[in-house]
Amino acid sequence: MNPVVRTVLQRLGLGLITLFIVTIIIFSAIAMLPGDFAKAMLGQSATPETVAAFQREIGIDRPPVERYFAWVGQIVQGDFGSSFASRTGYRRTVAEIIAPRLYNTMFLAVMTALIAVPLALGLGILAALYRNSWFDRVVNTVTLTTISFPEFFVAYMLAYLIISRDTFIGTEFAQSLPEWLAASINWVLNLVPKFPTLANISDRTPFWEHVWRAALPSITLTLVIVAHMMRMTRVAIINMLASPYIDMARLKGMSPMAIVLRHALPNAWAPIVTVIAFNLAYLIVGVVVVEVVFVYPGIGQLMVDAVKSRDVPVVQACALIFAATYILLNLTADIISIATNPRLLHPR
Amino acid sequence: MTSTEHAVAVPRQRRTRASRIKTALKKAPFSAWFGIVVILGYVFVALLAPWIAPYGETQVFTEAFAPWSQEFIVGTDQLGRDVLTRLIYGARNTIGIAFATTLLSFAVGVTLGLLAAMYRGWLDQILSRAVDVLMSIPSLIFALMLLSIFGSSVTSLILIIALLDSTRVFRLARAVGLNVAVMEYVEAAQLRGEGPRWILTKEILPNVLPPLIAEFGLRFCFVFLTIAALSFLGVGIQPPTADWGSMVRENATLITYGDITPLLPAGAIALLTVSVNFVVDWFLHATSGLRDEK
Repeated sequence: MNPVVRTVLQRLGLGLITLFIVTIIIFSAIAMLPGDFAKAMLGQSATPETVAAFQREIGIDRPPVERYFAWVGQIVQGDFGSSFASRTGYRRTVAEIIAPRLYNTMFLAVMTALIAVPLALGLGILAALYRNSWFDRVVNTVTLTTISFPEFFVAYMLAYLIISRDTFIGTEFAQSLPEWLAASINWVLNLVPKFPTLANISDRTPFWEHVWRAALPSITLTLVIVAHMMRMTRVAIINMLASPYIDMARLKGMSPMAIVLRHALPNAWAPIVTVIAFNLAYLIVGVVVVEVVFVYPGIGQLMVDAVKSRDVPVVQACALIFAATYILLNLTADIISIATNPRLLHPR
Repeated sequence: MTSTEHAVAVPRQRRTRASRIKTALKKAPFSAWFGIVVILGYVFVALLAPWIAPYGETQVFTEAFAPWSQEFIVGTDQLGRDVLTRLIYGARNTIGIAFATTLLSFAVGVTLGLLAAMYRGWLDQILSRAVDVLMSIPSLIFALMLLSIFGSSVTSLILIIALLDSTRVFRLARAVGLNVAVMEYVEAAQLRGEGPRWILTKEILPNVLPPLIAEFGLRFCFVFLTIAALSFLGVGIQPPTADWGSMVRENATLITYGDITPLLPAGAIALLTVSVNFVVDWFLHATSGLRDEK
């Protein structure tokens, strides 16, 4: 068998095993619930009968192994069980709660990736080409700083920037400045597009309207993830540029851009792809905070609300979706880096 | 004294640790100095919070969302508590909890990592595979799930984050430990009949310390940001304890009126993480002797 195919199959198998163990962990979340949980959920006035009914509903009365396979079997069919928010006669399935929100989150994540990945690659390549120039230094300092900012700081800074578009001229600070300075700052602020600071989205929002309203969350996430991707691209390409075959290309008289694109980049794909996948995986964590800041109705916000109300089935479903996406992204990165770099097939 | 005595080269005395640190500090770049000063400032505020703060941590005044004034330098929050006081106490709570978590995660991670590196075999296999699985779930998501089960309290917060974070410490400790555990002096100590405890603490640990210290800084940042994010989401540190993450959320509505008060705690978080990153960057440079890629 072709060694590339074999390694890829091995990775796939490993990914499946990981996914299997992760489902066990997430499943045991419900088994680890403290004994008085039913009482806490149902309130002090709960009768022993309702408590027993609730425990039967979440299935604590059956053996764990049986429950696990029943649970996985349902999930494979797209049934995540019913939320603890269900009442008698009014069943709310987890699937129906999650579906529209999952679409919104995917929308945000894809939109961010479409902006962030080309931007990071472009900036990284430029910084590598003109390394140690002022451009490189500025980009480096800015990215090192944004890496260490929490998402909500970036998010509120952006929101503040957009709000001060209207309020700046009225502030005491603006009035203490000379008039021409205040006016010109105001002019610059007015160049900022008036993105909505709250992302009100329903399932009837038209596509471009959706893009417009998701712009600010998307820009926040882009700022958070671009830094890391760009730095890794830069380092990967600089490492490649130090190899003898690049000198050869240079001596042939190729232009710097052509050297990077034709010679350095193909060999640098493996580390770059890994970092891109890692950051897209990071995106699904950042999404949680950013969705809460901009009240974007996505799966992250849903998960946080479910954690607060301790609605364990919803939390489990969200955790499973996040974890599966994460594993899948890392797996894809592994496979792409194997496929693009045959040297990885022969580890020392 | 004769002139011949002068000709004999006096062996230069080995510099003491203090003098080596001094020379290293002298050569430190501006960013590192900035970082050190800021971190010391935070530690100072955190330790002396009750003496610096103008009011009590949970003292409530009549006016909620009061504007900046002489009395309340940066205004009051949604319940009428002085924001400056909450910021100062927040330094104590947020940094204290993050520091405790990082210490715990290092105690667990380094011990297990070095043990795995020393014994290898089945112990290493079991621990490494367990860590692989734990790391295959994003830690914020894992933390959210565990918090929904055990409820949000400071103890469960510290334990959960420390456990999740120790996986990364474990990986690093194991990797650097593996390099050291095969050295001749470790073998010599084994032949000399030293016990595993001696070998771990006296032979291996001192030689893996620099990368671990740098990692401590980075891990601290990460833990600090995770706790801040969880508190911001309302599932971390619970009121009435003052902490920066929840302060941002509680005052967030002010931003729509063009008031920058909610940016202050967020900025405090950002400034601390940036400073720690600067110091770690410099420390890595100074201890590894690495230079930037040229």
